[in-house]
Amino acid sequence: MTTTASPRRHHAHAPEEQKWTGRVREYDLVKEFVIALAVVAVLTAALAAIFSSPDVKQLTLSTWSRSAPNDFLLTSATELDGTSGTATYGAPYTHTPDAAQKIGPVSLQHIAGVTHPINTVQDFVLVPLTGVPADPTLSAALGAWQGASAAQQQTWAAAYDDALAKAPDNDPAKVASGSYGPVPVMLGRLLTLAQSGGLDGALLSQKQFFATDYTKPLLFIADGSYLEDRARAEHLGGDQWGMMNETGSYPGQAWLWLYTFWYQVSPFSTSGNADALVWGVMAVLSLALVLVPFIPGVRSIPKWVPVHRLIWRDYYRGSGATR
Amino acid sequence: MTAPTTPHTWTGKVRARALRELPPDQLLPETQPVYVASWIYVFGVLTLAAFLVVLVSGGVLGLKGRTWWHRSSTGHYFNSLHLWSVELFMAFMVIHLWGKFFMAAWRGKRAMTWVTGAVCFLGSIGTAFTGYLIQSNLDSQWISTQAKDGLNAAGIGAFFNVTDFGQMLMWHIALLPLIVGVLIGVHIIQVRRRGVVPPMEIDLRDRVPEQVTP
Repeated sequence: MTTTASPRRHHAHAPEEQKWTGRVREYDLVKEFVIALAVVAVLTAALAAIFSSPDVKQLTLSTWSRSAPNDFLLTSATELDGTSGTATYGAPYTHTPDAAQKIGPVSLQHIAGVTHPINTVQDFVLVPLTGVPADPTLSAALGAWQGASAAQQQTWAAAYDDALAKAPDNDPAKVASGSYGPVPVMLGRLLTLAQSGGLDGALLSQKQFFATDYTKPLLFIADGSYLEDRARAEHLGGDQWGMMNETGSYPGQAWLWLYTFWYQVSPFSTSGNADALVWGVMAVLSLALVLVPFIPGVRSIPKWVPVHRLIWRDYYRGSGATR
Repeated sequence: MTAPTTPHTWTGKVRARALRELPPDQLLPETQPVYVASWIYVFGVLTLAAFLVVLVSGGVLGLKGRTWWHRSSTGHYFNSLHLWSVELFMAFMVIHLWGKFFMAAWRGKRAMTWVTGAVCFLGSIGTAFTGYLIQSNLDSQWISTQAKDGLNAAGIGAFFNVTDFGQMLMWHIALLPLIVGVLIGVHIIQVRRRGVVPPMEIDLRDRVPEQVTP
Protein backbone atom coordinates (compact mmCIF):
# COMPACT_ATOMS: atom_id res chain seq x y z
CA MET A 1 0.00 0.00 0.00
CA THR A 2 1.18 3.49 -0.75
CA THR A 3 0.15 6.81 0.58
CA THR A 4 0.15 10.10 -1.19
CA ALA A 5 -0.74 13.60 -0.29
CA SER A 6 -1.53 16.83 -1.96
CA PRO A 7 0.02 19.97 -0.54
CA ARG A 8 -3.19 21.83 -1.26
CA ARG A 9 -6.10 21.48 1.10
CA HIS A 10 -9.57 22.82 0.47
CA HIS A 11 -11.04 23.31 3.90
CA ALA A 12 -13.74 25.55 2.49
CA HIS A 13 -15.42 22.61 0.73
CA ALA A 14 -17.20 19.51 1.99
CA PRO A 15 -14.90 16.49 2.37
CA GLU A 16 -16.46 14.67 -0.58
CA GLU A 17 -15.68 17.62 -2.87
CA GLN A 18 -11.97 17.50 -2.11
CA LYS A 19 -9.43 15.42 -3.88
CA TRP A 20 -8.72 12.37 -1.75
CA THR A 21 -5.50 12.79 0.21
CA GLY A 22 -5.90 9.94 2.65
CA ARG A 23 -4.83 6.34 2.55
CA VAL A 24 -4.98 4.53 -0.78
CA ARG A 25 -4.69 0.95 -1.93
CA GLU A 26 -3.36 -0.55 -5.12
CA TYR A 27 -6.15 -0.93 -7.64
CA ASP A 28 -5.55 -2.22 -11.18
CA LEU A 29 -8.46 -0.90 -13.24
CA VAL A 30 -7.34 -2.48 -16.51
CA LYS A 31 -6.80 -5.89 -14.93
CA GLU A 32 -10.22 -5.64 -13.29
CA PHE A 33 -11.84 -4.83 -16.63
CA VAL A 34 -10.10 -7.68 -18.46
CA ILE A 35 -11.16 -10.18 -15.79
CA ALA A 36 -14.73 -8.80 -15.83
CA LEU A 37 -14.86 -9.09 -19.61
CA ALA A 38 -13.67 -12.69 -19.49
CA VAL A 39 -16.15 -13.61 -16.76
CA VAL A 40 -19.08 -12.00 -18.57
CA ALA A 41 -18.10 -13.55 -21.91
CA VAL A 42 -17.86 -17.04 -20.40
CA LEU A 43 -21.07 -16.59 -18.41
CA THR A 44 -22.93 -15.37 -21.51
CA ALA A 45 -21.61 -18.24 -23.61
CA ALA A 46 -22.69 -20.74 -20.96
CA LEU A 47 -26.17 -19.24 -20.55
CA ALA A 48 -26.64 -19.18 -24.33
CA ALA A 49 -25.50 -22.79 -24.68
CA ILE A 50 -27.65 -24.05 -21.80
CA PHE A 51 -30.83 -22.02 -22.23
CA SER A 52 -30.69 -20.88 -25.90
CA SER A 53 -33.31 -18.24 -26.83
CA PRO A 54 -36.97 -18.29 -27.89
CA ASP A 55 -38.11 -17.93 -31.49
CA VAL A 56 -41.84 -18.54 -31.91
CA LYS A 57 -42.55 -18.29 -35.61
CA GLN A 58 -44.16 -15.10 -36.88
CA LEU A 59 -47.77 -14.89 -38.00
CA THR A 60 -48.63 -13.90 -41.53
CA LEU A 61 -51.94 -12.94 -43.05
CA SER A 62 -51.63 -16.24 -44.90
CA THR A 63 -51.23 -18.40 -41.80
CA TRP A 64 -53.96 -16.44 -39.99
CA SER A 65 -56.47 -16.75 -42.84
CA ARG A 66 -55.78 -20.48 -43.22
CA SER A 67 -55.82 -21.23 -39.48
CA ALA A 68 -58.80 -19.03 -38.60
CA PRO A 69 -60.62 -18.10 -41.82
CA ASN A 70 -63.79 -16.98 -40.03
CA ASP A 71 -61.87 -14.60 -37.78
CA PHE A 72 -60.10 -13.24 -40.85
CA LEU A 73 -63.39 -12.69 -42.69
CA LEU A 74 -65.06 -11.02 -39.72
CA THR A 75 -62.07 -8.72 -39.30
CA SER A 76 -62.11 -7.92 -43.02
CA ALA A 77 -65.77 -7.01 -42.74
CA THR A 78 -64.96 -4.50 -39.99
CA GLU A 79 -62.20 -3.03 -42.17
CA LEU A 80 -64.70 -2.59 -44.99
CA ASP A 81 -67.44 -0.96 -42.92
CA GLY A 82 -64.98 1.18 -40.97
CA THR A 83 -65.57 -0.25 -37.48
CA SER A 84 -62.27 -2.06 -36.93
CA GLY A 85 -59.72 -1.00 -34.34
CA THR A 86 -57.52 0.56 -37.00
CA ALA A 87 -60.40 2.28 -38.82
CA THR A 88 -61.50 4.03 -35.62
CA TYR A 89 -58.03 4.45 -34.03
CA GLY A 90 -57.43 8.16 -34.49
CA ALA A 91 -53.95 9.68 -34.77
CA PRO A 92 -51.50 8.78 -36.18
CA TYR A 93 -53.59 6.57 -38.53
CA THR A 94 -57.02 8.15 -38.97
CA HIS A 95 -58.84 11.43 -38.39
CA THR A 96 -61.49 9.79 -36.18
CA PRO A 97 -62.96 12.55 -33.93
CA ASP A 98 -62.48 12.15 -30.17
CA ALA A 99 -60.47 8.94 -30.57
CA ALA A 100 -57.22 10.37 -29.21
CA GLN A 101 -56.26 9.71 -25.58
CA LYS A 102 -55.83 12.62 -23.19
CA ILE A 103 -54.04 13.59 -20.02
CA GLY A 104 -56.57 15.97 -18.51
CA PRO A 105 -57.46 18.40 -21.29
CA VAL A 106 -54.26 17.76 -23.26
CA SER A 107 -54.08 15.24 -26.09
CA LEU A 108 -50.51 14.79 -27.27
CA GLN A 109 -51.80 12.11 -29.64
CA HIS A 110 -54.07 14.64 -31.35
CA ILE A 111 -51.42 17.36 -31.38
CA ALA A 112 -48.91 15.03 -33.07
CA GLY A 113 -51.41 14.49 -35.87
CA VAL A 114 -52.06 11.86 -38.53
CA THR A 115 -48.61 11.01 -39.84
CA HIS A 116 -49.31 7.46 -41.10
CA PRO A 117 -52.71 7.81 -42.78
CA ILE A 118 -54.57 4.52 -43.29
CA ASN A 119 -57.90 4.10 -45.07
CA THR A 120 -58.84 0.53 -44.19
CA VAL A 121 -61.40 0.27 -47.01
CA GLN A 122 -58.89 1.28 -49.64
CA ASP A 123 -55.63 -0.01 -48.17
CA PHE A 124 -56.79 -3.31 -46.65
CA VAL A 125 -59.53 -4.36 -49.10
CA LEU A 126 -59.95 -2.51 -52.38
CA VAL A 127 -56.32 -1.92 -53.40
CA PRO A 128 -55.30 -5.58 -52.80
CA LEU A 129 -58.40 -6.85 -54.64
CA THR A 130 -57.83 -4.64 -57.69
CA GLY A 131 -54.47 -6.37 -58.08
CA VAL A 132 -56.09 -9.80 -58.53
CA PRO A 133 -55.86 -10.73 -62.23
CA ALA A 134 -58.38 -12.54 -64.49
CA ASP A 135 -61.34 -12.87 -62.17
CA PRO A 136 -64.55 -11.69 -63.93
CA THR A 137 -66.72 -12.33 -60.85
CA LEU A 138 -64.47 -10.19 -58.68
CA SER A 139 -64.27 -7.50 -61.37
CA ALA A 140 -68.06 -7.36 -61.51
CA ALA A 141 -68.28 -7.14 -57.71
CA LEU A 142 -65.72 -4.35 -57.59
CA GLY A 143 -67.58 -2.59 -60.41
CA ALA A 144 -70.82 -2.79 -58.43
CA TRP A 145 -69.06 -1.47 -55.33
CA GLN A 146 -67.43 1.43 -57.15
CA GLY A 147 -70.70 2.29 -58.90
CA ALA A 148 -72.67 2.51 -55.68
CA SER A 149 -73.05 5.58 -53.52
CA ALA A 150 -71.02 5.87 -50.33
CA ALA A 151 -74.19 5.42 -48.29
CA GLN A 152 -75.08 2.24 -50.19
CA GLN A 153 -71.54 0.89 -49.73
CA GLN A 154 -71.77 1.50 -45.99
CA THR A 155 -75.21 -0.13 -45.79
CA TRP A 156 -73.97 -3.28 -47.57
CA ALA A 157 -70.77 -3.53 -45.56
CA ALA A 158 -72.40 -2.90 -42.18
CA ALA A 159 -75.19 -5.36 -42.87
CA TYR A 160 -72.77 -8.10 -43.83
CA ASP A 161 -70.49 -7.36 -40.86
CA ASP A 162 -73.48 -7.57 -38.54
CA ALA A 163 -74.78 -10.79 -40.11
CA LEU A 164 -71.34 -12.42 -40.04
CA ALA A 165 -70.90 -11.52 -36.38
CA LYS A 166 -74.26 -13.16 -35.58
CA ALA A 167 -73.65 -16.29 -37.65
CA PRO A 168 -72.69 -19.45 -35.74
CA ASP A 169 -68.87 -19.51 -35.44
CA ASN A 170 -68.87 -16.45 -37.74
CA ASP A 171 -69.16 -18.96 -40.56
CA PRO A 172 -69.91 -17.17 -43.86
CA ALA A 173 -71.81 -20.26 -45.04
CA LYS A 174 -74.27 -19.76 -42.17
CA VAL A 175 -74.91 -16.04 -42.67
CA ALA A 176 -78.59 -15.13 -42.78
CA SER A 177 -79.82 -14.03 -46.17
CA GLY A 178 -79.87 -10.28 -46.69
CA SER A 179 -78.98 -7.39 -48.93
CA TYR A 180 -75.18 -7.39 -48.89
CA GLY A 181 -74.52 -6.34 -52.48
CA PRO A 182 -71.03 -7.37 -53.71
CA VAL A 183 -69.56 -7.59 -50.21
CA PRO A 184 -69.64 -11.41 -49.79
CA VAL A 185 -67.84 -11.89 -53.11
CA MET A 186 -65.26 -9.20 -52.31
CA LEU A 187 -64.44 -10.57 -48.86
CA GLY A 188 -64.48 -14.15 -50.12
CA ARG A 189 -61.85 -13.20 -52.72
CA LEU A 190 -59.88 -11.32 -50.08
CA LEU A 191 -59.81 -14.52 -48.03
CA THR A 192 -58.58 -16.48 -51.05
CA LEU A 193 -55.93 -13.85 -51.73
CA ALA A 194 -54.79 -13.94 -48.10
CA GLN A 195 -54.63 -17.74 -48.00
CA SER A 196 -52.45 -17.74 -51.10
CA GLY A 197 -50.00 -15.33 -49.44
CA GLY A 198 -50.81 -12.54 -51.89
CA LEU A 199 -52.27 -10.19 -49.28
CA ASP A 200 -49.04 -10.15 -47.25
CA GLY A 201 -47.14 -8.84 -50.24
CA ALA A 202 -49.95 -6.54 -51.35
CA LEU A 203 -50.11 -4.74 -48.00
CA LEU A 204 -46.35 -4.45 -47.66
CA SER A 205 -45.54 -3.22 -51.15
CA GLN A 206 -48.19 -0.55 -51.56
CA LYS A 207 -45.62 2.19 -51.24
CA GLN A 208 -42.57 0.76 -52.92
CA PHE A 209 -40.68 -2.38 -53.91
CA PHE A 210 -38.03 -2.22 -51.14
CA ALA A 211 -40.49 -2.02 -48.27
CA THR A 212 -39.69 -2.47 -44.60
CA ASP A 213 -42.72 -0.76 -43.07
CA TYR A 214 -45.02 -3.49 -41.71
CA THR A 215 -47.55 -1.06 -40.24
CA LYS A 216 -50.45 -2.08 -42.48
CA PRO A 217 -50.14 -5.88 -42.27
CA LEU A 218 -49.45 -5.70 -38.54
CA LEU A 219 -52.46 -3.48 -37.84
CA PHE A 220 -54.67 -5.72 -39.98
CA ILE A 221 -53.53 -8.81 -38.09
CA ALA A 222 -53.90 -7.03 -34.73
CA ASP A 223 -57.51 -6.08 -35.58
CA GLY A 224 -58.41 -9.78 -35.47
CA SER A 225 -58.46 -11.98 -32.39
CA TYR A 226 -56.06 -14.66 -33.65
CA LEU A 227 -52.86 -12.77 -32.76
CA GLU A 228 -54.16 -11.98 -29.29
CA ASP A 229 -55.19 -15.61 -28.76
CA ARG A 230 -51.68 -16.74 -29.70
CA ALA A 231 -50.10 -14.07 -27.50
CA ARG A 232 -52.26 -14.91 -24.49
CA ALA A 233 -51.33 -18.56 -24.87
CA GLU A 234 -47.73 -17.37 -24.50
CA HIS A 235 -48.76 -15.32 -21.40
CA LEU A 236 -48.09 -12.05 -23.21
CA GLY A 237 -51.48 -10.42 -22.59
CA GLY A 238 -51.69 -6.94 -21.15
CA ASP A 239 -53.29 -8.24 -17.94
CA GLN A 240 -50.65 -10.97 -17.78
CA TRP A 241 -47.79 -8.47 -17.35
CA GLY A 242 -47.18 -9.25 -21.01
CA MET A 243 -44.93 -6.33 -21.90
CA MET A 244 -42.17 -7.65 -19.65
CA ASN A 245 -42.64 -11.32 -20.57
CA GLU A 246 -41.08 -13.40 -23.32
CA THR A 247 -42.54 -16.30 -25.21
CA GLY A 248 -42.00 -19.57 -23.40
CA SER A 249 -40.33 -19.41 -20.00
CA TYR A 250 -37.56 -17.02 -20.96
CA PRO A 251 -36.82 -13.79 -19.14
CA GLY A 252 -38.12 -10.82 -21.06
CA GLN A 253 -37.85 -7.13 -20.41
CA ALA A 254 -38.03 -7.45 -16.64
CA TRP A 255 -36.85 -3.85 -16.37
CA LEU A 256 -40.28 -2.77 -17.66
CA TRP A 257 -41.94 -4.05 -14.48
CA LEU A 258 -42.93 -0.61 -13.25
CA TYR A 259 -44.36 0.43 -16.63
CA THR A 260 -46.32 -2.83 -16.82
CA PHE A 261 -47.40 -2.53 -13.19
CA TRP A 262 -49.53 0.57 -13.75
CA TYR A 263 -51.67 -1.26 -16.32
CA GLN A 264 -52.63 -3.81 -13.66
CA VAL A 265 -54.05 -1.33 -11.13
CA SER A 266 -56.93 1.13 -11.00
CA PRO A 267 -57.52 3.78 -12.29
CA PHE A 268 -55.21 2.88 -15.17
CA SER A 269 -56.65 -0.61 -15.67
CA THR A 270 -60.14 0.79 -16.27
CA SER A 271 -59.38 4.12 -17.94
CA GLY A 272 -59.94 4.84 -21.60
CA ASN A 273 -56.87 7.06 -21.40
CA ALA A 274 -54.71 4.40 -19.72
CA ASP A 275 -51.85 4.58 -22.22
CA ALA A 276 -51.55 8.35 -22.02
CA LEU A 277 -51.82 8.31 -18.23
CA VAL A 278 -49.24 5.55 -17.77
CA TRP A 279 -46.83 7.31 -20.11
CA GLY A 280 -47.39 10.53 -18.18
CA VAL A 281 -46.63 8.83 -14.87
CA MET A 282 -43.54 7.09 -16.27
CA ALA A 283 -42.26 10.33 -17.79
CA VAL A 284 -42.47 12.03 -14.39
CA LEU A 285 -40.84 9.08 -12.60
CA SER A 286 -38.08 8.83 -15.20
CA LEU A 287 -37.34 12.52 -14.86
CA ALA A 288 -37.31 12.10 -11.09
CA LEU A 289 -34.77 9.27 -11.40
CA VAL A 290 -32.47 11.45 -13.48
CA LEU A 291 -32.85 14.38 -11.09
CA VAL A 292 -32.52 12.46 -7.79
CA PRO A 293 -29.49 14.55 -6.67
CA PHE A 294 -31.62 17.69 -6.82
CA ILE A 295 -34.81 16.46 -5.16
CA PRO A 296 -34.98 17.30 -1.42
CA GLY A 297 -36.00 14.32 0.65
CA VAL A 298 -35.30 11.74 -2.04
CA ARG A 299 -31.62 12.61 -2.07
CA SER A 300 -31.53 12.15 1.71
CA ILE A 301 -32.91 8.60 1.68
CA PRO A 302 -29.40 7.05 1.57
CA LYS A 303 -28.59 8.80 4.85
CA TRP A 304 -31.69 7.40 6.52
CA VAL A 305 -31.38 3.87 5.12
CA PRO A 306 -27.96 2.67 6.28
CA VAL A 307 -27.14 0.42 3.33
CA HIS A 308 -23.97 2.48 2.93
CA ARG A 309 -22.72 1.17 6.25
CA LEU A 310 -22.85 -2.31 4.74
CA ILE A 311 -21.11 -1.21 1.55
CA TRP A 312 -18.32 0.59 3.38
CA ARG A 313 -18.26 -1.65 6.45
CA ASP A 314 -14.52 -2.37 6.11
CA TYR A 315 -13.76 1.33 5.97
CA TYR A 316 -16.00 2.18 8.92
CA ARG A 317 -14.58 -0.72 10.92
CA GLY A 318 -11.03 0.40 10.33
CA SER A 319 -11.44 4.15 10.47
CA GLY A 320 -13.37 4.67 13.64
CA ALA A 321 -16.07 6.68 11.95
CA THR A 322 -19.08 5.69 14.00
CA ARG A 323 -21.83 8.20 13.40
CA MET B 1 15.21 23.66 -23.64
CA THR B 2 12.47 26.16 -24.28
CA ALA B 3 10.14 27.44 -21.62
CA PRO B 4 6.57 26.15 -21.77
CA THR B 5 4.30 28.50 -23.62
CA THR B 6 0.60 29.06 -23.42
CA PRO B 7 -1.01 27.22 -26.36
CA HIS B 8 -2.51 29.59 -28.90
CA THR B 9 -4.00 27.11 -31.38
CA TRP B 10 -7.42 25.49 -30.92
CA THR B 11 -5.71 22.09 -30.83
CA GLY B 12 -3.26 23.20 -28.18
CA LYS B 13 -5.99 24.74 -26.08
CA VAL B 14 -8.10 21.58 -26.25
CA ARG B 15 -5.05 19.47 -25.28
CA ALA B 16 -4.18 21.77 -22.40
CA ARG B 17 -7.77 21.75 -21.16
CA ALA B 18 -7.99 17.95 -21.40
CA LEU B 19 -4.71 17.47 -19.53
CA ARG B 20 -5.76 19.96 -16.87
CA GLU B 21 -9.20 18.42 -16.33
CA LEU B 22 -8.16 14.80 -16.63
CA PRO B 23 -4.40 14.15 -16.40
CA PRO B 24 -3.32 10.64 -17.43
CA ASP B 25 -2.59 9.50 -13.87
CA GLN B 26 -6.11 10.49 -12.92
CA LEU B 27 -7.65 8.84 -15.98
CA LEU B 28 -5.88 5.53 -15.35
CA PRO B 29 -4.67 5.60 -11.75
CA GLU B 30 -2.93 2.64 -10.16
CA THR B 31 -4.37 3.31 -6.73
CA GLN B 32 -7.77 4.05 -5.30
CA PRO B 33 -8.82 5.48 -1.94
CA VAL B 34 -8.80 2.85 0.77
CA TYR B 35 -12.60 2.88 1.00
CA VAL B 36 -12.94 1.50 -2.54
CA ALA B 37 -13.18 -2.01 -1.20
CA SER B 38 -16.59 -3.59 -1.73
CA TRP B 39 -18.18 -6.00 -4.19
CA ILE B 40 -20.60 -3.26 -5.20
CA TYR B 41 -17.79 -1.54 -7.11
CA VAL B 42 -17.46 -4.57 -9.38
CA PHE B 43 -20.90 -4.05 -10.92
CA GLY B 44 -19.89 -0.91 -12.76
CA VAL B 45 -17.10 -2.65 -14.63
CA LEU B 46 -19.30 -5.74 -15.11
CA THR B 47 -21.89 -3.50 -16.78
CA LEU B 48 -19.22 -2.11 -19.10
CA ALA B 49 -17.95 -5.62 -19.91
CA ALA B 50 -21.49 -6.85 -20.65
CA PHE B 51 -22.04 -3.83 -22.89
CA LEU B 52 -19.06 -4.89 -24.99
CA VAL B 53 -20.39 -8.46 -25.28
CA VAL B 54 -23.77 -7.01 -26.31
CA LEU B 55 -22.08 -4.90 -28.99
CA VAL B 56 -20.00 -7.78 -30.37
CA SER B 57 -22.85 -10.33 -30.43
CA GLY B 58 -25.23 -7.76 -31.88
CA GLY B 59 -22.62 -6.69 -34.40
CA VAL B 60 -22.30 -10.24 -35.72
CA LEU B 61 -26.10 -10.52 -35.99
CA GLY B 62 -26.15 -7.23 -37.86
CA LEU B 63 -23.39 -8.26 -40.24
CA LYS B 64 -25.09 -11.55 -41.13
CA GLY B 65 -28.52 -10.01 -41.77
CA ARG B 66 -31.87 -10.04 -40.08
CA THR B 67 -33.04 -13.53 -41.08
CA TRP B 68 -29.75 -15.34 -40.33
CA TRP B 69 -30.62 -16.31 -36.78
CA HIS B 70 -33.94 -17.86 -37.87
CA ARG B 71 -32.36 -20.31 -40.33
CA SER B 72 -28.93 -21.07 -38.90
CA SER B 73 -28.08 -22.84 -35.65
CA THR B 74 -24.95 -20.70 -35.42
CA GLY B 75 -27.08 -17.63 -35.95
CA HIS B 76 -29.50 -18.79 -33.27
CA TYR B 77 -26.59 -19.22 -30.85
CA PHE B 78 -25.43 -15.67 -31.55
CA ASN B 79 -28.97 -14.47 -30.91
CA SER B 80 -28.84 -16.34 -27.61
CA LEU B 81 -25.52 -14.66 -26.80
CA HIS B 82 -27.11 -11.31 -27.56
CA LEU B 83 -30.17 -12.04 -25.40
CA TRP B 84 -28.24 -13.26 -22.37
CA SER B 85 -25.62 -10.54 -22.56
CA VAL B 86 -28.43 -7.98 -22.57
CA GLU B 87 -30.05 -9.65 -19.57
CA LEU B 88 -26.70 -9.56 -17.74
CA PHE B 89 -26.03 -5.98 -18.84
CA MET B 90 -29.35 -4.78 -17.48
CA ALA B 91 -29.02 -6.81 -14.26
CA PHE B 92 -25.51 -5.49 -13.57
CA MET B 93 -26.58 -1.95 -14.36
CA VAL B 94 -29.60 -2.08 -12.03
CA ILE B 95 -27.43 -3.38 -9.16
CA HIS B 96 -24.83 -0.70 -9.97
CA LEU B 97 -27.55 1.96 -9.97
CA TRP B 98 -29.05 0.90 -6.63
CA GLY B 99 -25.59 0.66 -5.12
CA LYS B 100 -24.78 4.19 -6.20
CA PHE B 101 -28.15 5.40 -4.91
CA PHE B 102 -27.52 4.07 -1.42
CA MET B 103 -23.99 5.49 -1.53
CA ALA B 104 -25.51 8.89 -2.45
CA ALA B 105 -22.86 8.91 -5.13
CA TRP B 106 -23.90 12.34 -6.40
CA ARG B 107 -22.27 14.06 -3.41
CA GLY B 108 -19.30 16.33 -3.96
CA LYS B 109 -20.24 17.85 -7.32
CA ARG B 110 -20.86 14.40 -8.80
CA ALA B 111 -24.48 15.11 -9.81
CA MET B 112 -23.65 14.89 -13.51
CA THR B 113 -22.14 11.45 -12.95
CA TRP B 114 -25.52 10.31 -11.60
CA VAL B 115 -27.45 12.12 -14.34
CA THR B 116 -25.43 10.58 -17.18
CA GLY B 117 -25.71 7.15 -15.56
CA ALA B 118 -29.48 7.45 -15.13
CA VAL B 119 -29.90 8.62 -18.73
CA CYS B 120 -27.74 5.64 -19.79
CA PHE B 121 -30.15 3.36 -17.93
CA LEU B 122 -33.20 4.87 -19.64
CA GLY B 123 -31.45 4.82 -23.02
CA SER B 124 -30.55 1.18 -22.52
CA ILE B 125 -34.21 0.36 -21.86
CA GLY B 126 -35.10 2.02 -25.15
CA THR B 127 -32.33 0.19 -26.97
CA ALA B 128 -33.40 -3.18 -25.59
CA PHE B 129 -37.02 -2.40 -26.43
CA THR B 130 -36.19 -1.75 -30.09
CA GLY B 131 -34.26 -5.02 -30.11
CA TYR B 132 -37.39 -6.89 -29.09
CA LEU B 133 -39.23 -5.15 -31.93
CA ILE B 134 -36.87 -6.40 -34.63
CA GLN B 135 -36.74 -10.08 -33.69
CA SER B 136 -39.13 -10.68 -36.63
CA ASN B 137 -41.13 -13.36 -34.83
CA LEU B 138 -44.41 -13.63 -32.89
CA ASP B 139 -42.98 -11.81 -29.88
CA SER B 140 -41.96 -8.78 -31.92
CA GLN B 141 -45.32 -8.71 -33.70
CA TRP B 142 -47.20 -8.68 -30.40
CA ILE B 143 -44.89 -6.21 -28.66
CA SER B 144 -45.03 -3.76 -31.56
CA THR B 145 -48.81 -3.86 -31.88
CA GLN B 146 -49.21 -3.36 -28.12
CA ALA B 147 -46.48 -0.80 -27.61
CA LYS B 148 -47.79 1.41 -30.40
CA ASP B 149 -50.76 2.37 -28.22
CA GLY B 150 -48.60 3.84 -25.46
CA LEU B 151 -46.30 5.63 -27.87
CA ASN B 152 -49.19 6.95 -29.96
CA ALA B 153 -51.02 8.17 -26.84
CA ALA B 154 -47.89 10.12 -25.88
CA GLY B 155 -47.60 11.60 -29.39
CA ILE B 156 -44.30 9.80 -29.93
CA GLY B 157 -45.74 7.28 -32.38
CA ALA B 158 -46.19 10.04 -34.91
CA PHE B 159 -42.47 9.97 -35.66
CA PHE B 160 -41.27 6.80 -33.86
CA ASN B 161 -43.25 4.04 -35.55
CA VAL B 162 -42.72 0.73 -33.76
CA THR B 163 -44.43 -1.21 -36.56
CA ASP B 164 -41.93 0.10 -39.11
CA PHE B 165 -39.26 -2.60 -39.05
CA GLY B 166 -36.75 -0.57 -41.06
CA GLN B 167 -36.98 2.43 -38.76
CA MET B 168 -36.68 0.32 -35.62
CA LEU B 169 -33.70 -1.56 -37.06
CA MET B 170 -31.82 1.70 -37.59
CA TRP B 171 -32.66 2.91 -34.09
CA HIS B 172 -31.52 -0.38 -32.60
CA ILE B 173 -28.28 -1.04 -34.44
CA ALA B 174 -27.07 2.51 -35.03
CA LEU B 175 -28.64 5.47 -33.27
CA LEU B 176 -29.39 4.16 -29.77
CA PRO B 177 -26.15 2.16 -29.30
CA LEU B 178 -24.22 5.23 -30.39
CA ILE B 179 -26.09 7.42 -27.90
CA VAL B 180 -25.72 4.90 -25.07
CA GLY B 181 -22.05 4.32 -25.93
CA VAL B 182 -21.27 8.04 -25.87
CA LEU B 183 -23.17 8.46 -22.60
CA ILE B 184 -21.25 5.57 -21.04
CA GLY B 185 -18.00 7.24 -22.15
CA VAL B 186 -19.04 10.56 -20.64
CA HIS B 187 -20.17 8.76 -17.47
CA ILE B 188 -16.80 7.03 -17.07
CA ILE B 189 -14.91 10.27 -17.68
CA GLN B 190 -17.06 11.92 -15.01
CA VAL B 191 -16.18 9.13 -12.57
CA ARG B 192 -12.47 9.44 -13.27
CA ARG B 193 -12.57 13.24 -13.18
CA ARG B 194 -14.33 13.54 -9.83
CA GLY B 195 -13.01 10.33 -8.31
CA VAL B 196 -14.96 7.70 -6.43
CA VAL B 197 -17.33 9.27 -3.93
CA PRO B 198 -16.05 8.90 -0.34
CA PRO B 199 -18.14 7.29 2.40
CA MET B 200 -20.73 9.26 4.29
CA GLU B 201 -19.59 10.17 7.81
CA ILE B 202 -16.02 10.16 6.59
CA ASP B 203 -13.29 9.88 9.20
CA LEU B 204 -11.56 13.24 9.04
CA ARG B 205 -8.30 11.65 10.19
CA ASP B 206 -8.17 10.23 6.69
CA ARG B 207 -7.78 13.74 5.36
CA VAL B 208 -4.45 14.07 7.11
CA PRO B 209 -1.66 12.74 4.94
CA GLU B 210 0.54 10.14 6.57
CA GLN B 211 3.40 10.76 4.19
CA VAL B 212 4.10 13.53 1.79
CA THR B 213 5.72 12.46 -1.43
CA PRO B 214 8.22 14.89 -2.89
